[in-house]
Amino acid sequence: MAEMDTSSSGGKGKKHGGTKSKKHSTRVDMTPMVDLGFLLITFFMLTTTMSKPKTMDLIMPKDTKNEEEQNKVKESTALTILLGGKDRVYYYEGLAQDPNAAANPDFFKATTFAAKGGIRDEIIKKKEEVAKLRNAKGEPEDVVVIIKASDESTYKNFVGILDEMAINRISRYATVDITDQDKTWIKQTENANGNK
Amino acid sequence: MPKVKMPRKSTAIDMTAMCDVAFLLLTFFMLATKFKPDEPVTVITPSSINTQLLPDSDVMLFTVDKDGRVFFSMDGQPKRRKLIEDLNTQYHLGLDDKEMNNFAVGGSVGTDIKNLKAYLGMNADQRKASGLEKGIPTDSVNGELGQWIEYGTTAQAGSSGLNKLSYCIKADNQTPYPVIKDILDTFKKKHIQKLNLVTNLEAIPPGTAAALAQEETKPAK
Repeated sequence: MAEMDTSSSGGKGKKHGGTKSKKHSTRVDMTPMVDLGFLLITFFMLTTTMSKPKTMDLIMPKDTKNEEEQNKVKESTALTILLGGKDRVYYYEGLAQDPNAAANPDFFKATTFAAKGGIRDEIIKKKEEVAKLRNAKGEPEDVVVIIKASDESTYKNFVGILDEMAINRISRYATVDITDQDKTWIKQTENANGNK
Repeated sequence: MPKVKMPRKSTAIDMTAMCDVAFLLLTFFMLATKFKPDEPVTVITPSSINTQLLPDSDVMLFTVDKDGRVFFSMDGQPKRRKLIEDLNTQYHLGLDDKEMNNFAVGGSVGTDIKNLKAYLGMNADQRKASGLEKGIPTDSVNGELGQWIEYGTTAQAGSSGLNKLSYCIKADNQTPYPVIKDILDTFKKKHIQKLNLVTNLEAIPPGTAAALAQEETKPAK
């Protein structure tokens, strides 16, 4: 044992003549127990999880209701966001049902998920613009975001854009199937930027 | 000059205090954590600012990996038992008791219903090697994903009168969107509108509307 007996005064000087039983130390070596303790700690640290996964609510509209809802949205309050491949985001104001709107070269714009100068700034800008508008009752208008995910986009983009809705407190948004027109625009923009 | 006698010190260190700390930490970890659930595939979930916790029970979880394979899992052994018995009768799978038991105690499954018998006869390593782990088909033709949702919901409803089942989707960052869309469409077809997407927690970016709203809800100092 690593323990050395220092508590007793030593057995050198024989003060008493009687038989003397050897005094053992009362201290127990704790080292193996510490070893065991830390081994178990390591085990628990590696095999368990501390944080529980968080969830995001996704409430989907009914299919039939969706169409009506979409038609109700005014061109002026809508912002359409398209998710492209390679984490790219495209957006345009309005619903793009008007063919003349697309004639404007600045109509269809590309951006990123970056915190500064990305899609978030555009959402905030649009939200503020729309808040200035007044509806028939004289109440401020609410921005409606239409999300269209292309086939190249990933789940990360999808959650990312839903998260932007939560971050910017957009209460009205919908995920809609991408149209062929949108796909063409994405392709055109990609070709124009030369990143394909 | 008299020699100064240095008292001899023991080389042993008292480990009792260290032992105390070790076991204190051990107790903490045992109480504060829970075991990692076994996952069929590694999935790195995207992060969001949502702080809502994933419920402990009454969860139907669809795990989607980055190749788009879908795995089904549900909590509660009696419920799983009922689910597999229903599937067995409906599809005439001819599962024996052992295979059904494998399903009841096992984790996720991700295969065609027709391959289920072979699949359940194997252990986790064999499943990976066999190539049967192709995921539950999500296409709208067979709609096996829809079947799993339906049977799972039935099994849940049988076990507790109140249906408070939450449907969770746990997908990888790199999962292509069409796969997710297929799943969402399947849910839509089943008239299930409320879903949960499993995400990691992320800090709310400062200066945004959500950050301002959070400030307001905080008690004023």
